[in-house]
Amino acid sequence: MSTPAAVTGPAAAGTDRIGLLLAGSPARRRAGALAASATFGRRAMLKIKHDPKQLVDSVAIPILITVLFTYLFGGAISGSPGEYLEVLLPGTLSMSIAIVTMYGGARLAKDVTTGAFDRFRSLPTWRGALVFGGLLSDAARYLFASAIVVVLGLVMGYRPDGGAGGVLAAVALVVAFGLSLSLLWAAVALLVPDPAVVISIANVVLMPLSFASNIFVQPSTMPGWLQAFVEVNPLSHVATAARGLMNDAGGTGASVVWALVATAAITAVCAPLALHLYSRRG
Amino acid sequence: MSKSSTAGDQPAIEAHGLVKVFGQNRALDGIDLTVRRGQVFGFLGPNGAGKTTTIRVLATLTRFDSGVARVLGHDVISERDAIRARVAVTGQFAALDEDLTGYENLIILGRLHGLSRAAGKQRADDLLAAFDLTHAGGRPVGGYSGGMRRRLDIAAGLIVTPDLLFLDEPTTGLDPRSRNQVWELVRRIAAAGTTVLLTTQYLEEADQLAEQIAVIDQGRIVAEGTSAQLKSRVGSGTLHVRLLDGEQRAQAQQVLAGALEGTVHPAADPLALSMLLATPADATDVGRLVGHALTRLAEAQVGIAEVALGQPSLDEAFLALTGHPAGPATTDQEDVNR
Ligand SMILES: Nc1ncnc2c1ncn2[C@@H]1O[C@H](COP(=O)(O)OP(=O)(O)OP(=O)(O)O)[C@@H](O)[C@H]1O
Ligand SMILES: [Mg+2]
Repeated sequence: MSTPAAVTGPAAAGTDRIGLLLAGSPARRRAGALAASATFGRRAMLKIKHDPKQLVDSVAIPILITVLFTYLFGGAISGSPGEYLEVLLPGTLSMSIAIVTMYGGARLAKDVTTGAFDRFRSLPTWRGALVFGGLLSDAARYLFASAIVVVLGLVMGYRPDGGAGGVLAAVALVVAFGLSLSLLWAAVALLVPDPAVVISIANVVLMPLSFASNIFVQPSTMPGWLQAFVEVNPLSHVATAARGLMNDAGGTGASVVWALVATAAITAVCAPLALHLYSRRG
Repeated sequence: MSKSSTAGDQPAIEAHGLVKVFGQNRALDGIDLTVRRGQVFGFLGPNGAGKTTTIRVLATLTRFDSGVARVLGHDVISERDAIRARVAVTGQFAALDEDLTGYENLIILGRLHGLSRAAGKQRADDLLAAFDLTHAGGRPVGGYSGGMRRRLDIAAGLIVTPDLLFLDEPTTGLDPRSRNQVWELVRRIAAAGTTVLLTTQYLEEADQLAEQIAVIDQGRIVAEGTSAQLKSRVGSGTLHVRLLDGEQRAQAQQVLAGALEGTVHPAADPLALSMLLATPADATDVGRLVGHALTRLAEAQVGIAEVALGQPSLDEAFLALTGHPAGPATTDQEDVNR
């Protein structure tokens, strides 16, 4: 009594294209970890291409932070813009990138809840590819945001004594630190796949890192307990190191080392954690 | 990859006592399942029955609490990658990147399947052509219709021809034309040798596509068999009658109850009646029985506006198979009165 429906549509066309297609399957091959990561990086770039709004955070935040804090705190520091930018710009660079990192975590959290994530997970590719591929596009964003800060600084009158080499070294350091934060937010996103929650948690961490630091204020004006925090705050060290590298100030070797140690330590904890959480999901 | 451990005579899926608990909720409460190779296996159940959860467990996407399962001869826990290499999953909700184009979606997946750039492009073109999507390949998927999305989603599972394809409710939400297209695709895929496990809420769909059907409710398999076997338990169909005059409904109900075996239900429509027909023991022609009943109605001077014979709805099937209505809140009454 069932009434077999008349067959129309693609598959009904004369030849059995589906059959041919299935018979002519490419060989099964496991994508390498690098190729798979690069593919996810490419996917992120394609998403930006189709929806450039995604870059708003990477553009607006560096501009906002750099312009706002330069004029807000510049007056408190004596000297010409060129002089106080020496102190402030490496700081706003570090802070801008740190803040921009949290949006990568939010994007991953959103990704994880889509059906596309399930399909990726059902492939026999390296389990870290999605997270580490995301880092590739994050790195591009951070470089882009860094360029905005540096160009703004140059426009406002900053002339780095460290030259192009010093600026590039500082940017590299800041971006590396940013990527370690990305891994932290990736772990958070895989634990709580909700963009709003990831942003909240990241804010709670980043606010004290940004403000209880030596970026805008001399630690010597702070109470003792706060000074103690500033001294262990990795973002303080990143800012100090960036300052040293950009201004060719010397005597900042220790900060560079500390910044790198902090980057390595966060990575060493968060990379395996993110991998673990990734394979545990579902 | 070694194929040594996957002798062809092993079932495509073999599961025993699968249990998956979410908090207090036993989403899977001891599922036993055997799916032969090359078969289209239908998994029929209402909302929340555990269909998606079963697929996710078998496709290595979800851990489970107890039981054992082998897919294509591989253990779902210890040999995940071997399974993932040979199985494709097309989930209930389209697993596509909405902001990428159809073509880009396939290219990305091709690369993740280890295809070279050239091979990936070729395959994407071929898939789009075979699924009638070439014209839409350059547009973001976000703008696709439900039917196009489904087709692309199924195509995405065929980048490398899988030995086993999971299709989770492939036609839910599609219009009849798109649904027929998907049905035909499923038939072609099966004909090409891929084992298909598909879930559905529609008895008619399982009937159309699946050789073997398991009915699942509240995490348990409540019935299993071929379509014919299940139908003989469910009854041969539902007779819908619409009267010209609502006053005559009680009379019509009496006449039908006398003429046919089965129970008559007054429908929500005050003019309508429906009757789940019992299957005659000797496979007598249902049409003859129904004709007889209609003659009796005519003799009784009951005016009839409309008569339709349809498949039992999932609700009716459940009632017949399990003695209780389908799981929690089945809202979608299938319209069998097309
Ligand atoms: N991630 C989860 N967390 C908690 N409960 C879940 C989760 N996934 C499924 N469940 C529960 O498990 C049960 C089975 O769900 P499942 O999605 O497998 O049903 P289904 O048969 O696919 O239903 P539908 O037809 O609505 O897709 C439901 O009660 C559901 O609420
Ligand atoms: Mg489901």
